[in-house]
Amino acid sequence: MRAALLAEYRKLVSTRMWWLLLLVMVAYLGFVSAAVSATFVFVPEGSEAPLVGEDAARATYSLVNGVGYVFPLVIGSLAMTTEFRHKTITQSLLVEPDRTRFLLAKLLSVVPIGLAAGVVGVAATVAGGAPLLAIRGDGSYLGDGDVLAGLALGVVVVALWAVIGVAFGSILSNQVAAIVVILAFTQFVEPIARVVLSQVDALAGVASYLPGGAADSLIGASFLGSAGTVDLLPRWAAVLVLVGYAAVFAVIGRLTTLRRDVG
Amino acid sequence: MTAPSLTIDGLTKQFGGVRAVDDLTFTVRPGAVTGFLGPNGAGKTTTLRMLLGLTRPSAGRALVGEREYAAHQQPGRVVGAALEASSFHPGRTGLAHLEVFAPQVGVSRSRCRQVLEAVGLEHAAGQRVGRYSLGMRQRLGLATALLADPPVIVLDEPTNGLDPEGIVWIRRLLRQFADEGRTVLVSSHLLREVEASVDEVVIIAQGRLRHASSLAELRTRATPAAYVVAPRPDAVTALATDRGWAAARDGDGLVVDGATAAEVGAAAHAAGIELHELVRRDVDLEALFFELTRPTGTDPEAAR
Repeated sequence: MRAALLAEYRKLVSTRMWWLLLLVMVAYLGFVSAAVSATFVFVPEGSEAPLVGEDAARATYSLVNGVGYVFPLVIGSLAMTTEFRHKTITQSLLVEPDRTRFLLAKLLSVVPIGLAAGVVGVAATVAGGAPLLAIRGDGSYLGDGDVLAGLALGVVVVALWAVIGVAFGSILSNQVAAIVVILAFTQFVEPIARVVLSQVDALAGVASYLPGGAADSLIGASFLGSAGTVDLLPRWAAVLVLVGYAAVFAVIGRLTTLRRDVG
Repeated sequence: MTAPSLTIDGLTKQFGGVRAVDDLTFTVRPGAVTGFLGPNGAGKTTTLRMLLGLTRPSAGRALVGEREYAAHQQPGRVVGAALEASSFHPGRTGLAHLEVFAPQVGVSRSRCRQVLEAVGLEHAAGQRVGRYSLGMRQRLGLATALLADPPVIVLDEPTNGLDPEGIVWIRRLLRQFADEGRTVLVSSHLLREVEASVDEVVIIAQGRLRHASSLAELRTRATPAAYVVAPRPDAVTALATDRGWAAARDGDGLVVDGATAAEVGAAAHAAGIELHELVRRDVDLEALFFELTRPTGTDPEAAR
């Protein structure tokens, strides 16, 4: 297993894709975070700020998940789909015919990159959002324990997304299709579903079980609203839900894509 | 070196309604280069993929030594395989490609460099594979196969895309591997490509075994023949019958089967028969190969 992990890790870092994606992630999160913090800070005369105080800070910092999760998902899915796109899966399975071990190594190997992406992503989000909050708003709350815990969990969430990305890629091994589905889901389907579900009383709780909702629950904040207006799961449940998504996807991938003949 | 042999035993693969490999049985012995031959689509690659555990057989089994490929502790150390020239990540350098697969075959980074040198790619170690030529990819594939210095070497069409110099080089390499006692299996759709380097031949077509023997034995099946144009063809026919050769009209002349052009010329000279043309028309290995791999159940003319 150690050899398989080392091989998978070398596969990741020997191409340029992952750090190009990190670069884009930093730029994008920094920009969006600054823009969102601006809506909390620059409020027209006579109207009320959407969120204030600590809620504004936490919602801003939660963007690393709410907006940023597309990046670790894509990084993770690329780690798997690139094997099929460039047919390196052949050589990979020649040196590791145990396909379960191959998949496990792949899932675990993205954790370091995922954590790195998390640190960088959280830093970019804070760097984009904190200045405006501190200068014009109610403060950046970077000394607050709950806020700092949220930031640390943001790093964990990003790493989990990378693992879920690998598992998803093992189901949808066509690289282009996987990226299209991830973009569609993270940019349209899930945000809309969460907003719509939250409007229906009977279904409001369901939204927090969607992957993005569970991840917001783990961070303990959502840019869709303050803690009071958005249904969030307890943290332990949120971890289980996220790990559950990764596990279920990986099992499906193992029983479909990775059971087939290669070549 | 005591290398394991390869055993293909009743191997069958059904893809939907197509039987790509049909009850194939043969063995590959150590200390020799075995040519695995057949036209494109004969089922060679599918057979190799089943041998290497990438494709599941519909029936039968393929063994490396005593057990299946995937049942070996570190199969990459036992069998070095190069299946296709295109299975590289274009963004990775040649050296990085080897380093990726090094841990699982238990070799160090310095071994990667060493193998790259052995296949003549040291100058391109830091270059991305996307910029490699087909010939360079073949060499990199071979380097991957050789990483662990394995006792069994399996190469699928290794001469594709190689320049003549490269083809000579790989022939010599295969010869060397066999002399070292390794088991070497090389596929090709052209007998001519591997004729100079193989000891054994396994010929398949339409997924079925057509012939398995040593190359020398296959050679004995080839027969000499000559094409003759003479002003008195009946005299040539009589001469051929006299000598126990078969003569048949072919256009303006005759084809004499069972004799070399030199023998026909000498006999005609001795008998005082005038010849206007005398050409070699041997059924050579290549012709024999086409004969062996011709689709069965169809007339070759109708099959065109």
